[in-house]
Amino acid sequence: MANDSLVAETARRIFRDVCDPQTLNRAADDSWVAPAWSALEEAGLPLAWVPEALGGSGAGLADGFAVLREAGRAAVPLPIAETLLAGWMLAQVGVSAPKGPMTCGPVRDGDKVVLADNGTLSGRLRAVPLAKATGHLAVLAEREAGGGVVALVEAGAVQIADGTSLAGDALNPVHFDGVRPVAVEDAPSGLDAGAVLLMGAAGRAMQMAGALEAILDLSVAYANERVAFGRPIGKFQAVQQSLARLAGEAAAAIAAAGSAADAIAASPVFAFGEPGAAGSPPPLWGRDRVGGIPEHRSEGLPPPLTPPHKGEGNPVGASFEEAVFLEAASAKIRVGEAAGEGAAIAHQVLGAIGFTQEHVLHRYTRRLWAWRDDFGSESVWAVKLGQLVAAKGADALWPMLAAR
Amino acid sequence: MNTELTFDPIRLPPECAALRAEVRAFLAEEIEAGTFSPHGGAIDGNFSAEFSRKVGARGWIGMTWPKQYGGHERSFLERYVVTEEFRVANAPVRLHFVADRQSGPVILRYASERVKAGILPRICRGEVCFAIGMSEPNSGSDLFAAQTRATRADGGWLINGTKVWTSNAHHADYMIGLFRTSAPTKENRRHGLTQFVVDMKTPGITVNPIWHMAGQHDFNEVVFTDAFMPDDHVLGEVDGAWKQATSELAYERSGPERFLETYYVLAELVRVLGDKPDTRGAEGVGRLVAELHALRRMSVSVAGMLAAGKEPVVEAAIVKDVGTIWEQRLPHRARDLAAFAADGAANRATFEEQLAYATLIAPKLTIQGGTTEILRGIIARGLGLR
Repeated sequence: MANDSLVAETARRIFRDVCDPQTLNRAADDSWVAPAWSALEEAGLPLAWVPEALGGSGAGLADGFAVLREAGRAAVPLPIAETLLAGWMLAQVGVSAPKGPMTCGPVRDGDKVVLADNGTLSGRLRAVPLAKATGHLAVLAEREAGGGVVALVEAGAVQIADGTSLAGDALNPVHFDGVRPVAVEDAPSGLDAGAVLLMGAAGRAMQMAGALEAILDLSVAYANERVAFGRPIGKFQAVQQSLARLAGEAAAAIAAAGSAADAIAASPVFAFGEPGAAGSPPPLWGRDRVGGIPEHRSEGLPPPLTPPHKGEGNPVGASFEEAVFLEAASAKIRVGEAAGEGAAIAHQVLGAIGFTQEHVLHRYTRRLWAWRDDFGSESVWAVKLGQLVAAKGADALWPMLAAR
Repeated sequence: MNTELTFDPIRLPPECAALRAEVRAFLAEEIEAGTFSPHGGAIDGNFSAEFSRKVGARGWIGMTWPKQYGGHERSFLERYVVTEEFRVANAPVRLHFVADRQSGPVILRYASERVKAGILPRICRGEVCFAIGMSEPNSGSDLFAAQTRATRADGGWLINGTKVWTSNAHHADYMIGLFRTSAPTKENRRHGLTQFVVDMKTPGITVNPIWHMAGQHDFNEVVFTDAFMPDDHVLGEVDGAWKQATSELAYERSGPERFLETYYVLAELVRVLGDKPDTRGAEGVGRLVAELHALRRMSVSVAGMLAAGKEPVVEAAIVKDVGTIWEQRLPHRARDLAAFAADGAANRATFEEQLAYATLIAPKLTIQGGTTEILRGIIARGLGLR
C-alpha cells in the first residue's frame, strides 16, 4: 500500500507496539488494555470521525476507515470501530464525544430503542459489541411520536448482560429500562437505524478485509516454512492453488470494502464537513440527496442516482443514498463470504498448529466469523439488496452497477 | 509483509460518463433498427460485419492507439466503458473484439512500419477480424511446447504444423501466431518461439471447423502446409516471443468481458423473479449483485493501474480467476433461484433459452485465455510460493 496515509501508518505502528497479536495471545490478563487505549487516544485515532470542535481529532472518514483496516490486520480486540462509529453519530447531532471507549447501537437489524416523552429510553439491543468494555453508548433511538434521536448514555445507567462473541470478545445484550441519557438531540432526517447499520457495515468490512490480508500473509509464510515430504508445503500445487484462492478472496474483500469506504468518504451525506475544520458546518443530512455524490468522484450517469422510494415495501428506507447503500451492503456481503472461504483455507493450510490456542491464527479467524454478524450479516444485506434490485427492475440493474 | 495486493478504489473519470451515455444511445438505436437483439446476441454468434463497421465509424475501435494509425488517442478507461457497455448489451463485437483488445496493441508495439500502416487503420474501421494462434494439439496451457515450425526461406519463412481451438479462424483476416523458429535451450525452455502476423489468405492454410458442445462453430483447427510469411511479418524478436507475451496478458485477463459474457442470465433472472421476490429469491439475487459489484470494482481498479502504466500481473490474474469462476456458477445459481418462480413471467421462455445456452458454454469460461490452474500458478508465484 504505497499510498498509505500518515494516519494509517501511525495506526499500524501503534497496533504493532501495543496490540501485537502474539503478545496479546500470551497475555495473562487485561493489563495491556488501558495503556493500549491511551496510546490510541493520544494519536487521536478513536475519535477520528469527530471534528476538533466536538472533542475529536477530525482526521476524516477516509482516515478512520484506513485505521480500521489496520486494526483488522492486527485483529485488535478493542472497541475502536465502535468508538469511531459512536463518535460519528454524536458528531452528526453536534454532541461532544466523551473520553474513553464507546460502543453504539443498534447493531442488529430490527433492534429498537424508544425515547419516551419524559426523556427516558426503553428497549433492548440484542448484541452490542464490547459494551462491557466501554464507558458510554451512542444510540439511535426513536421518539414515541416519531422521529429519530441520537442519545449518549453512560454504560453504568443501562443493564448490560454477559455475553461473548465467537472470538471471545464481549458481545452484550443491553436493556434500556427508563434510562435517562446524558445528552439527546434530534437526528437529522435520514440518520436512522439503517444508516447506522450501513456505516457500521462499511467499518466492519474494512476490519475484515484487513484480517483477511493478515491471514493470507500468515498462510503464505507458513507454507514457505513448513517442510513435509522433503520440501516446503508451498511447493505443492494443491497448496498453491488453495492459497491462490485465498488471495482471490482477500482481493475481493479489499476491493469491496475499500470501495464502500471511499463511497462513504466521498458522500456529503455521511461526512461531517472538512476534516479538522473547527466549528464544522451542520451535518448535511436532510439535504436533497439526488445525485448527492460530488461530481469529481462519480460519473453522474443517466439515469441519475435517486434515493430509494419511501413507503410500503421499500426495503432500504429513505435514509441514505442508493450508491452508498449498494456499496456498503455489497461490501458486507462479499467480505462476509470471503471471511468464510478465506478462514477455511487458512486453517487447512496451517493444519493442526492453526487449531491451537497457542497460534495466533484463531485471533483472526474467530473475529472474521464473529464480525460477519455485526451490522448486518451477508443474508440480511443480501435480502435488502435483492429487494431493491427487484423493485427497480432488471433494466435498472446495470446502470446502478456501472455508476460506481 | 510478503504479499501486497493493490485494489485501490479507482473511479472512472468524468469523460467516461459522457461517453457511456453516447454508447448507450448508439446501442439503443441499433437495437431499435434491428441490427442485433439484446436477447440473442451471444446465441446468434455475435458476429456482424455491419455492426463492427458502425462501431469503427464511431471511433470505438483502437480507441487508445495513435491517430497516425487510425486510432483515437483516448484513455484506456474510456475503452473500458465501451467494452462493458457492449458486453452487457450483448452487442455483436466478435469481428473486431480480439483485434481491438489484443492483436492491434501487439502490432503497434512489435510490427514493421509497413504492417502497422497496412493493418491498424483497417482494424480501427472495424473491417478486420483477428485470430490468436497459440494452442496446438500437444501444446495448450504449456505455451512454450509449441511445435508448429517457421523455417527460413527466400525472403521470409515457411510455416508447417497445426494450431487448434483457434476462435474466429473461419472469419479471420489475420492471425497472430506463435511458431517455433529454434529449439529451446537448456537454460531457457521458453527460447525459440517467434510471433508472426499471418495473412489468412496465404496459400497453404486450411481452416477446419470444430463444433463445440453448445452446438456452434466458434473455434477451429488451422493447418499450415508450407505457408509463406514475408520477413516483415515477424513481430518483435526472432526466438524471443516469450519476452513479449507477459505484459499483454494483464490486459487480456482483467477486462469486464471476463465476467460479463453471460450477464443476460442475471438480468433475465431478476425479470423472472418479478418486483417482489420471496426471501430466497431476494437473497440469491442480492448475493449475485454484491459479488458482481465487487468483481467490477476489482476490474476497474486493475484498469486504472494499467492506465497509469503499471503492470498488475497478479491482480489481473486474480480478476480472471475469481471472475470466471463466478460467471461459470451463475447459470447454475440462477436455475436454483428460479425454481419456485411463477411460471407466468413474461420473459420465462427467454430466460429458459438463455439459461440453457449459458449453462452449455459455462465450461469454457475457465479455460479460454488461461485456465484456472495456470492463473492460480501465476498468483502463487506472485505470492512468493514458486
